[in-house]
Amino acid sequence: MNLIRYQAPELSSWPTLNRWSNLRDELNSLFDVPFLSNLNRQDLFSGWSPALDLYQNSDNVVAVLELPGMRKEDLEISLHDGTLTISGERKSSSSNGEKAERTERYVGTFRRTITLPARVDANKVSATYRDGILTVTLPKAEEAKPKRIDVAG
Amino acid sequence: MNTTVRETDGRQTEPFVAPTASVLEDGDGYLLQVEMPGVNKEGLEISTEGNELTITGRRSLSTIDGTLLHHESRRDNFRRTFEIDPSIDVNKINAKIEQGLLTVTLPKAEHVKPRKIAVS
Repeated sequence: MNLIRYQAPELSSWPTLNRWSNLRDELNSLFDVPFLSNLNRQDLFSGWSPALDLYQNSDNVVAVLELPGMRKEDLEISLHDGTLTISGERKSSSSNGEKAERTERYVGTFRRTITLPARVDANKVSATYRDGILTVTLPKAEEAKPKRIDVAG
Repeated sequence: MNTTVRETDGRQTEPFVAPTASVLEDGDGYLLQVEMPGVNKEGLEISTEGNELTITGRRSLSTIDGTLLHHESRRDNFRRTFEIDPSIDVNKINAKIEQGLLTVTLPKAEHVKPRKIAVS
């Protein structure tokens, strides 16, 4: 879907309207790609969506997820075709038949799927889980790393 | 819903965000679970005043070298105050934090615990 600007011939000579065409281009790009392109749509509507930060430097792509109170064994990380999927399950917090007075914490499963901004070397991916924060470091594939190109002559 | 509270001590204001918490109850007392990702024992402060329990958690941030492409987390530290049931024995409150999840055990005073009364 595109927003088409009504083009009246005389308007294009007004310098101030350049700002509006930038806005139009930006709004267009919002509609051209799937909403929130890096994220899977189901992330929006499922109850539990842990906060995700994504970083990139010349050597790595790093994904950081806030996942307090999980056990390493309940987390699953997989890489497929340029997307990283992190999922897991939190079992119900009441273990001894306690009555829940007030539950704000999510219980159940979560899944975040991230389209990676660069090709990564699947064999070198590592992850750490500390203080409730899961950090997944994905080293970029050699050809994806930035390279200087010298100009000859 | 997160609420942001500005705490003023006259010198500086520090923004806080209220962490997600769940409260469970059984015959012996209450169990309070507070989610504070990025917080460990060093950054944790728990205090009681009157019938209020205040939990402050300061995140130990590890700065990641690189460009931030997508940002959803909040960097603020955590603070939340809970009102404690007067039946709780404040001296027996116990807390431990593991993987960013703080678990506080608040035992009820002996005399309020449910007891079976034998009929003679």
